[in-house]
Amino acid sequence: MPFIPHTEDDTREMLEAIGVDSINDLFDEIPKGLLAKGLGDVPEGLNEMQIARLMHKRAARDGLPLCFIGAGAYEHHVPQAAWDIATRGEFYSAYTPYQAEASQGTLQTIYEYQTMITALTGLDVSNASLYEGASGLAEAALMAVRSNRRVKSKRILLAPGVNPSYEKVAGAIAGTQGLSFERLAMDPDTGNAQASLADSGDPVAVVIQQPSFVGTLENVDRITNWAHDQGALVIAVVNPTALALLKAPGRWGEQGADIACGEGQPLGVPLSSGGPYFGFMTCRQQHVRQMPGRIVGRTTDLDDQPGYALTLQAREQHIRRSKATSNICTNQGLMVTAATIYMSLLGFEGLVQVARESHQNTAKLVAGLCSIDGIGRMFDGPFFHEVALRFDRPVAPLLTALAKRGILGGYDLSSEAYGNALLVCATETKTTADIDAYVSALGEIMATESRRSA
Amino acid sequence: MSDLPGDLLYTSEHEWLRREDDGTVTVGITDHAQASLGDLVYVELPEVGQDVDNGGDMAVVESVKAASDVYAPIDGNVVAVNEDLADDPEKINSEPYGEGWIVRIQPAGDIDNGELMTPDAYQALLDAEDG
Repeated sequence: MPFIPHTEDDTREMLEAIGVDSINDLFDEIPKGLLAKGLGDVPEGLNEMQIARLMHKRAARDGLPLCFIGAGAYEHHVPQAAWDIATRGEFYSAYTPYQAEASQGTLQTIYEYQTMITALTGLDVSNASLYEGASGLAEAALMAVRSNRRVKSKRILLAPGVNPSYEKVAGAIAGTQGLSFERLAMDPDTGNAQASLADSGDPVAVVIQQPSFVGTLENVDRITNWAHDQGALVIAVVNPTALALLKAPGRWGEQGADIACGEGQPLGVPLSSGGPYFGFMTCRQQHVRQMPGRIVGRTTDLDDQPGYALTLQAREQHIRRSKATSNICTNQGLMVTAATIYMSLLGFEGLVQVARESHQNTAKLVAGLCSIDGIGRMFDGPFFHEVALRFDRPVAPLLTALAKRGILGGYDLSSEAYGNALLVCATETKTTADIDAYVSALGEIMATESRRSA
Repeated sequence: MSDLPGDLLYTSEHEWLRREDDGTVTVGITDHAQASLGDLVYVELPEVGQDVDNGGDMAVVESVKAASDVYAPIDGNVVAVNEDLADDPEKINSEPYGEGWIVRIQPAGDIDNGELMTPDAYQALLDAEDG
């Protein structure tokens, strides 16, 4: 579709037609005192050549560091074809189209995406995606309240391993609708929920993140069964890459989780200053009418040919107005297209390989780092591709020193009240040489520091 | 034109009420309502034991083209819901006044709140809407 801006003549004609002298007259209702006088420190516009030069200069400052940070977003290799295809004109839109059924190719892509995500999570239905993982948890919590009507409370219990920023986002979004989020106590040895789980009033849902924010593997079967015994629904927050190796939420415990959600970024979306990413969400069939967002279904047309259509739209705003199940009436179309192509190119075996190599690289990294004096693992037990390490000193200065050597050493857990601790991750993108470079750099930095203070 | 059963009361929201011998009241939607909605695909029912207020949301009927609230026509408490509608929502289309009933309510008081209509009054409303 061509983009044709209106000309000054067009504008003048339109203003004449409605009998107004200037565009600013249309904003007369805004009290003069509220109008911004100028844009202050915002500079004048730059031309294309100037802006390209500025951006290249800024990008060069980022350099090409070796990244060992995870904590919710993960660097994976994205095959070149994924974005070459996703950015073709036929796919290149951020949205589900408004005349959805006229775009059968787009709907089929979303349908294939939904099929893959339900297979990964072991649940029945997927929506067409949400904005990102954290608001996905907020939507899952709201959905659980709508779906679990037998429980009158709006209390959501969070396993200790739920990402702290997810809790903040969910609290900000769903808190205004009366939902409360409470943490289950953590066992300091394992980083997971405590061995004995007491009855806990009448929670409407229990959220379990796997792997946990600090990299541990939670006993999901036990907590799922406990939650269901209390009449609560189970919301799984999962890493999609990890699902290539770990048990799918649909098979947790005796009945399986009810809703799964999470950050889809690891599936073909590059790290990019926090976004755009995408959230995924799947659920059991019985909860589908409470699911937010768009859902694409496969059907047959009048000629018995397969076709795709937005389905179950009675949940959505354009039909249900103020009683819609949620405000979400869009999806992250472009990210989902890339993710669908990524998963298609890798296949399940490819995803398993990515997951295995990420795990093995992290194991190598952790073994190396733990051979340094003053570093040890924070929690025992198995992990996937992320591990929390305990340090004998504050980690922030170490991370600064590493960054000077072109290494992003990990996520400083002191900000999450874990004290002198660092969360490290090594995906399949790291070579043994990369890992060795990190270990020897940190070893040197810490030895130098120790000598200075001695 | 649909035949209106003479032993029922009607509301302007196109619902019907039947007084049962045990003092409860059965509620459903009228033939006119089901015909306007089209083929029903889903019915969201209230919980048994739930209190309902006259005019408040009680259930949702969803067809292939629209979703519509079913309002409580009186104050009371839900004593039964038509569980069969979960698998067979189209019963509302085929037998709106029989197998397609939606909820049974124990009224909180006298159900004559002045808003309920006789078959003739409801027929007049339908004629006026058609007009």
